[in-house]
Amino acid sequence: MAELNISERQAGDVTILDLSGKITIGEGSVALRTAIRRMLEEGKKKILLNLAGVGYVDSSGIGELVSSYTAINKDGGQLKLLNLTQKIQDLLTITKLLTVFDVYESESEALNSFK
Amino acid sequence: MALKEVSPLFVTAETTELRLPSRIEAIDEAATAVARLVSRSGFSEDASFAIDMAVREAIANAVIHGNKFDESKFVEISVQRSPDSLEISVHDQGSGFNPEAVADPTEEENLLKSSGRGIFFVRNFMDEVYWLTPPEGGTTVRMIKRTNP
Repeated sequence: MAELNISERQAGDVTILDLSGKITIGEGSVALRTAIRRMLEEGKKKILLNLAGVGYVDSSGIGELVSSYTAINKDGGQLKLLNLTQKIQDLLTITKLLTVFDVYESESEALNSFK
Repeated sequence: MALKEVSPLFVTAETTELRLPSRIEAIDEAATAVARLVSRSGFSEDASFAIDMAVREAIANAVIHGNKFDESKFVEISVQRSPDSLEISVHDQGSGFNPEAVADPTEEENLLKSSGRGIFFVRNFMDEVYWLTPPEGGTTVRMIKRTNP
């Protein structure tokens, strides 16, 4: 089984990526990078990452979230985060990245924020 | 299978020592071995998570930045359990490392950097962390987590 599974769905012009597994050094980080690159190639610039199923992120995974955020911003798009587990929220707090990412607990609120 | 080369040199109730080739797979292997000791050491769930995170980051640093994925070089891990603490040492065969030279990833100008958080996590998740440069070369990171901090 893949370290990180990513499934894609569309809500208007927002692409929601439902992630489950681990975003860690190696396979997990690469899978996220590849998915974000594909989104940008397809012209999808409003991305909501649903992290409800992500139980573990390491420094490489955090780095990949940051890279995704900057790549999408650079392309004129927006990346937002949905449904962080407590552990991931803690990691983003101590790294002060909660001040960078736009984070939501409700999908409808997150979708509205793109409008 | 590659991981067959990875075997504990010595295991008792108190100590585990591992010598792992410099591959990404070493991270899981070491974390699993450490978790076995941690589970018998009376740590809380949060403390166990913290130790796991610190071990994974320390091994990743040793494999990537220390040994630079050179599979002829090894990462050596020693874990010692005492009644009041767990001490983990991770040694690489790299060219040395100055932890003071690593920029603080929480400074405004570093927030959007894609790397540089591993050392920060190691420092953050353990009670004591020391970087040593033994005379035989390489770098050893010695990390201590107390059972009742």
